[in-house]
Amino acid sequence: MNEILEILEKDARMTPEEIARMTGSSARAVKKTIKKFEKDGVILKYKTVINKELVKDEGTDVRALIEVKVTPKKDTGFNYLAERIYQFPEVSACYLMSGTYDLLVVVEGKNIHTVSNFVSSKLAPMENVRGTVTHFILKKYKEDGDILRQAKRDKREAISL
Amino acid sequence: MRTSKLVQNIPPSGIRVFFDLVLGMKDVISLGIGEPDFVTPWNIREAAIFSIEEGYTSYTSNKGMIELRKDISEYLKNRYGLGYDPLDEILITVGVSEAFDLAVRAIINRGDKILVPEPYYVSYGPLVTLAGGKPVFIRQSPDNGFKLTPKDILKYCDGKTRAIILNYPNNPTGVSYTRKELNAIAKVILKKNLIMISDEIYGDLTYDFDHTAFPTLAKMRERTIYLNGFSKSYAMTGWRIGYACGPKDVIAMMTKIHQYTMLCAPIMSQMAAREALKNGEKSIRDMKREYKRRREYVVSGLNEIGLPCHKPEGAFYAFPSIKNSGLSSMEFAKRLLEKERVALVPGTAFGPACEGYVRISYASSISNIKEALIRIKRFLCPQSS
Repeated sequence: MNEILEILEKDARMTPEEIARMTGSSARAVKKTIKKFEKDGVILKYKTVINKELVKDEGTDVRALIEVKVTPKKDTGFNYLAERIYQFPEVSACYLMSGTYDLLVVVEGKNIHTVSNFVSSKLAPMENVRGTVTHFILKKYKEDGDILRQAKRDKREAISL
Repeated sequence: MRTSKLVQNIPPSGIRVFFDLVLGMKDVISLGIGEPDFVTPWNIREAAIFSIEEGYTSYTSNKGMIELRKDISEYLKNRYGLGYDPLDEILITVGVSEAFDLAVRAIINRGDKILVPEPYYVSYGPLVTLAGGKPVFIRQSPDNGFKLTPKDILKYCDGKTRAIILNYPNNPTGVSYTRKELNAIAKVILKKNLIMISDEIYGDLTYDFDHTAFPTLAKMRERTIYLNGFSKSYAMTGWRIGYACGPKDVIAMMTKIHQYTMLCAPIMSQMAAREALKNGEKSIRDMKREYKRRREYVVSGLNEIGLPCHKPEGAFYAFPSIKNSGLSSMEFAKRLLEKERVALVPGTAFGPACEGYVRISYASSISNIKEALIRIKRFLCPQSS
């Protein structure tokens, strides 16, 4: 992967000046490349990784993985149905899968009822959906490469030769 | 108790006092650490855990497990085209530190002189002395970027000179050598009939050109003791595992001392090292890329705030001049620690010739480095911020 992308993927707050410093190029060149990535849709947006279990002011979001079996449409295959499903704001991810089912839909809700409601009243009744299996996530350990726990203390001696 | 005169005469480490100062202070950003900030890759840790579960808790052969020696032989062949016989030309040691100790003890006869280029790693001189030799320090000039030249060697050589130590990429300067530069050094070594003790522990962390292993140079294999290990490139410092390769007569002598002192390297560490060689390539590559970025960041940052710094070719150290501050290395380090809580190592820890320099380790996250640079800048010109 491009080095600028690699750096930004780890830390989106790196400034073009800092990236330039790390890669030995100029801030102007880095800015230009980033602009191009943004324009081409390679960089879609910049977000923050939040450990929601530690956010005290609201209830923890519930997340479920839903296996969906569908009957593909004649012309548009699975895309037609996938597009209808991922439009729902409750859906945080949607993948076409190999194996025993077709679509994997990740759904987030305030609580278990919102999610079941979504499945029973929106997803399952959709035309061409042949069946669903819902798996609730009980605990998150690691997400998108990030371990959901505060960084461990540096165990090294503070100084050594 | 009555103690050894030889040991008494080894000067106490002048840096210890400063170290204690650092260790006694809280919330310090440390750029003074001589080991990776990565933990050992999980597959390596897991292999060691599994080996303990499987009951690998015994001694191994003195030289180390034959399987590991074979893996090392294979690795050196693929990486550098080196051919060392796993049976009698490779010795597994408790880190390169032990390997170095064995090497000097195996070659020194009382009074032999050993050339130690300065800046040097702290243990070289004392270990040569303990082995009954006489360390002769070659002061390398900062004007030449602290690089050893063939001329330096010739200048310091006399009839009693037996060997030379070269550590590249270097701790503390990060300096390394191209094949061409090493060839020039090899020529003098041949001419003066010296033994080379080549400490290449940072060899895998070379950023701008391919690392050349010293024994691959013409006629050097038979006069080189090649030292390497897992500490730096695989982030395995605490495992204490390294190795020495060389002609079988010298490895036999080193093994003799090793078997009476260490007996063998810990079997768990040997099992971990096997996994490192088998499946560690990607981790090395990833860590190296990260170090390289930090190097660019640190070096340009230091130059910008007025601490001139050569771009180091390897390891994870920068060695800037602090002469602009008007302070001695030690004063600079102490005041920076007290005022801004940034720790680094005064150059004089690596020899008196390094007065006016400090060692900055970039085995630390970019955010730490960033914050440290801000603080050093504020320390240098308090009015500007």
